[in-house]
Amino acid sequence: MASTRTRVALLGNPNSGKSSLFNHLTGLNQKIGNFPGVTVEKKSGLCLMPDGNTVEIVDLPGIYSIYPRSLDEQIVAETLLDHDGPTTPDKIVVIVDGTNLKRGFLLLTQIIDLGRPTILALNMMDLAAKAGISYDFNALSLQLGVPVVPIDARKGVGLDDLKKIIVQPLSAPTRKVFDIWKEVEAPINELRAQLEVGNNYEAYQFLEQPASLKFLSKEKQAIVDEIRAKHEFFPGKFQGAETIQRYGFIQDLLNKIILKASDNSWKNDSARLDKILVHKIWGYFIFFIVLFLIFQSIFAWAKLPMDFIDGMFASLSSALSTNLPEGVLTNLIAEGLVPGIGGIMIFIPQIAILFAFISVLEESGYMSRVVFLMDRFMRKFGLSGKSVVPLMSGVACAIPAIMATRTIDNWKERTITIFVTPLMSCSARLPVFTILIALIVPDQTALGFFNLQGLALMGMYLLGFLAVILSAWVMKLLIRVKERSYLIMELPTYRIPKWSNVGITIIEKTKAFVFEAGKIIMAISIILWVLASYGPGDDLNNAREAVLEESKNLRLTEQGLEDRIAAYKLERSYAGIIGKTIEPLIKPLGYDWKIGIALITSFAAREVFVGTMATIYSIGSVNDEDSSTIKERMREEINPETGGPRFTPAVGFSLLVFYTFAMQCMSTIAVVYRETKGWKWPIIQLTYMTFLAYVSAFAVFQLMS
Amino acid sequence: MAGGNKNVAEMQVGEVGIVSGFTDDHLAVKLMEMGCLPGSSVRFNFTAPFGDPVCISVSGYELSLRVEEATAIRILN
Repeated sequence: MASTRTRVALLGNPNSGKSSLFNHLTGLNQKIGNFPGVTVEKKSGLCLMPDGNTVEIVDLPGIYSIYPRSLDEQIVAETLLDHDGPTTPDKIVVIVDGTNLKRGFLLLTQIIDLGRPTILALNMMDLAAKAGISYDFNALSLQLGVPVVPIDARKGVGLDDLKKIIVQPLSAPTRKVFDIWKEVEAPINELRAQLEVGNNYEAYQFLEQPASLKFLSKEKQAIVDEIRAKHEFFPGKFQGAETIQRYGFIQDLLNKIILKASDNSWKNDSARLDKILVHKIWGYFIFFIVLFLIFQSIFAWAKLPMDFIDGMFASLSSALSTNLPEGVLTNLIAEGLVPGIGGIMIFIPQIAILFAFISVLEESGYMSRVVFLMDRFMRKFGLSGKSVVPLMSGVACAIPAIMATRTIDNWKERTITIFVTPLMSCSARLPVFTILIALIVPDQTALGFFNLQGLALMGMYLLGFLAVILSAWVMKLLIRVKERSYLIMELPTYRIPKWSNVGITIIEKTKAFVFEAGKIIMAISIILWVLASYGPGDDLNNAREAVLEESKNLRLTEQGLEDRIAAYKLERSYAGIIGKTIEPLIKPLGYDWKIGIALITSFAAREVFVGTMATIYSIGSVNDEDSSTIKERMREEINPETGGPRFTPAVGFSLLVFYTFAMQCMSTIAVVYRETKGWKWPIIQLTYMTFLAYVSAFAVFQLMS
Repeated sequence: MAGGNKNVAEMQVGEVGIVSGFTDDHLAVKLMEMGCLPGSSVRFNFTAPFGDPVCISVSGYELSLRVEEATAIRILN
């Protein structure tokens, strides 16, 4: 049911300042959802108008023309062509970069031709003024037949005027910029006779864009197809000519309305910066320093808040189990739900810091230079310069990283990027790496200042990256699709980031992670809790008696007894049974059934490893994150077959390699399914990564022992 | 399509020319949408390390193109 609230869509080129305007109008009143039926992110928010009403503002993806080049762009065409869809706008605000109108006007004239109520917002008028540019706004408005508002979206200048115009009644523009060719008149007339279409240009778009008509019923789509076939209309045939015709109109228009032009000298600083930032030596040097800074902060700065969150949930969990009446429900809440939520919350600091960096890099214009610098190298391996951002994000978490691949418009490059991103070592692997490395690598320094454990940790990250590059290269050879790939991309002028935009990005991305991934992680935690808490028969109910019987000659403390009971229960639970079942399979890797249980529980989320180890070795409840205790206990564990320690360097490295390569993350599988629209890729990916993990761990164990 | 006998990929850093046409219809549409139009002046700004991609200025916009894409833009100079 469509609400009666006015809906206003923001439309414009990438880098035209659209998100600044959106953030200014809606503040933190934003909602990120999906467009119906597709995974394209839909940002909308409410804005209070001077007349006391609120309007809904929808931020559409940035585009250069109504003809879509990628998935994200297609949604714009669909939204504009559909007259009564759930996101159909009542009014459209087209934002054009005021320092250079030409390209923004291409899109503007297309929208005007569609005949929807349109408002033109000329943005960055502060920069235009600084560059000495001035326009005749009245002439512009008269020529185009739409209201024109000069604004500065970064500072919020002119927004009151814009709001005033938005609330006024606005009639559809009657100006027609593009003369549709004579050859196309017949199919257009036929289409308009059979379907409800707003005007000729819209009918023309129906013919041009067969892929953007999903809002039509099957029968109506068939009618369009039929008309297209009957008149032998080929989509794209006239697109080049249309573009030229429009630019001809735009040039004439600009000649009339530009009072003073600029010599582009205001861009000199930016050009000078480029001399350093894309320099063949300094360019890479600076990029690696930026990367290093990001890594440092993800791991160093995030540690404190992460420990704090961890401690908070641990105490909440134990407080709940002591204060609530004993029972299944209490156990579920204290041991399943609360640690589950904690397991999601703990990643917030890292995700927030990562997106702070990414957003600053994007806002400043540096990110396009990174794409520019890395494209050639990435292309060798079947990736694109645009894969750099997802791969970088993958260090924090594969979920937002895979969502960030939508900017890659080539199907093959995007699929390969999605496929290899989970091999980047994400933050969930960190606790596993930390504990295993502490166990098998001595805490010594080499060559004076290299900490061996630190080196080993860095080695794990390098190993992950190596797997990314090599897997991508293999995929490049295997996928035989002849789709051309492009890198026609704008290198925007450098600007100082707008901090409120950065802040809003951090909040929105973190929220999206907590709710999207959180749902799945929660569900899995509950399933795992059930598997680890229940078992067949009466074994689990009789655990206390059995342990008492077993250990009556031992002088156990109260805590020691409880821990033994927990270990006894886990061994006989469904998880324990599965662990024992797979023991023959994992023995060649050097693992026993206890490690098997950890593998099973961390199938859903790898960071569960540490907690499971704690339970299995009965050094306390799952929430006891005192890793030194776990480490000591693991060190003492004896391998009954050799009489030596269970966690030899061979087993330790075998586990490290396994955790580096294995796809132990349900949320990633879910997001890959969503992004690739099917089970094919997640299944191939899961199989491949499991195989790679198994074979590598096998090789490491066999070579080292 | 018509055009001179030189293309953007063959330009030197700092060189300026006039776009005269495209040798690839599919790329032409994308390039024109981004502001690279026949008749407008194009400046070859710099290349990425190893010579690919390249950066050009056209119609007041700075665009990055792969060498393969730059080859499709014919120029007169």
